[in-house]
Amino acid sequence: METPKDLKYTEDHEWVRLDGKTAVVGITDYAQGELGDIVFVELPGTGTEVEQGGVFGTIEAVKTVSDLMSPVSGKVVEVNGSLNDSPEHINKSPYGDGWMLKIEVTDPGELDKLMDADAYTAHVGEGH
Amino acid sequence: MASTGGKEKETALYARHRKLGARMVPFAGYLMPLQYSGQIAEHEAVRAGLGIFDLSHMGEFRLTGAGALAAVDRLVTNRVTGTEPGQAVYSPMCLESGGIVDDLIVYHLPDSVLLVVNAANLDKDEAWVREHLPEPVAFRNESDETSLIAVQGPGTERFLAGLTTADLAAMETYTARGGTVAGVEALISRTGYTGEDGFELYVRNDRAPELWDRLLDEGRTPGITPVGLAARDTLRFEMGYCLYGNDIDETTTPLEAGLGWTVKTAKDAFIGKDALVAQKASGIPRRLVGLTPAGERVIPRKGYAIRSGNGAAGSVTSGTFAPSLSRGLAMGYVDAAHAAAGAGVTIDVRGRPEAAAVTRLPFYTRGSRKAPRKTA
Repeated sequence: METPKDLKYTEDHEWVRLDGKTAVVGITDYAQGELGDIVFVELPGTGTEVEQGGVFGTIEAVKTVSDLMSPVSGKVVEVNGSLNDSPEHINKSPYGDGWMLKIEVTDPGELDKLMDADAYTAHVGEGH
Repeated sequence: MASTGGKEKETALYARHRKLGARMVPFAGYLMPLQYSGQIAEHEAVRAGLGIFDLSHMGEFRLTGAGALAAVDRLVTNRVTGTEPGQAVYSPMCLESGGIVDDLIVYHLPDSVLLVVNAANLDKDEAWVREHLPEPVAFRNESDETSLIAVQGPGTERFLAGLTTADLAAMETYTARGGTVAGVEALISRTGYTGEDGFELYVRNDRAPELWDRLLDEGRTPGITPVGLAARDTLRFEMGYCLYGNDIDETTTPLEAGLGWTVKTAKDAFIGKDALVAQKASGIPRRLVGLTPAGERVIPRKGYAIRSGNGAAGSVTSGTFAPSLSRGLAMGYVDAAHAAAGAGVTIDVRGRPEAAAVTRLPFYTRGSRKAPRKTA
């Protein structure tokens, strides 16, 4: 299971990377493994305001469906359109081609509330 | 994956699955492979070519002695007396109320009757069968000694024919015979849960790893794919085959579930007969149907509420993305008055009302499984 050191993580298995004022968001390797083959992702349009911990979309795997929660508050500035035709990017490259949203963050300090790689690894190890 | 306390049993092939990188999950008291390479790839491999499954968690009960077949006839709705040795019969087994205890396969074998039951119902079924067997019939639970390897896909007969002296070409669907496959003694059964042609091989635990290894080895040339429980579910779903615990249970009758063809009321008494005859006479109140959402990307899930055109309530029993049809689909119970193909319903998908149409089953109609001969 991959858990890159340079990312922050939520309890609900999203990851976030801050590039200046823009946060890139996706779901973790653990999450995609638990979900299985992903078939559809419902993502918000650009311009949508999101809140830390708020639901921003849905991810449908063959056998189950799950809400997607935003790790940060801000405005969606870019959405990964390739996921429409190729949702399998999320399974194959959850931290790369499987990225979901780019968000212009309201408060970069919000990331301090999130887990680092070690804390997330421990969180997953406890069977969450 | 979270530890489950380690109380699950392992099949004889557990180490093989781990070595193949399978994602293991607890299922009916066993650790079973959920998927190996990915459930969509595994599903497609079965439809296109060859898949191999470990189904050793299933239960096997051996009945022997005079009257074994007649005893089973009183336990199940379908007719097993009057079949030839070598015939397999699919049947529900009912309560007096007509509700379904389990669905199973009855094998009429030369010297015994073998019942193959769902893993999740093993203990319940054993108690039920034992309770209703007359004295001279002996019962033996052989589940813990028996492994089951299934090979399914349009290429199965050609693939296995080279590995067995049994005349596979002569075997109709739903027949079984003893033989050897790759040198391993097996009950060879032309049955399956996928809608493709295929064989299920019942072998002793101690020979199962050898048979699995040989089949994978020989399968390298034509291409054989290990298939887990996730793909097993999408394959059966596309065929509209019932899954106990989802589409059928003790609150559903075979008549409601589209299994009326297995109910042979011309038989003498069997458990549930009176209730089923009465239900047929007074009108079956609800029907298990296929459901096709108007939106291809809509996937109704088990438990979602259905509202029929007349306002009557129903419920989704199985729902998934169907890989061979590239869309979401569902099965569920709807009011009998609104169960005709094409009837419009509304399914509550997480708070959103989604239009769907009643659809005849199976959803997938291009399977390679050859229709079995109809039994009386």
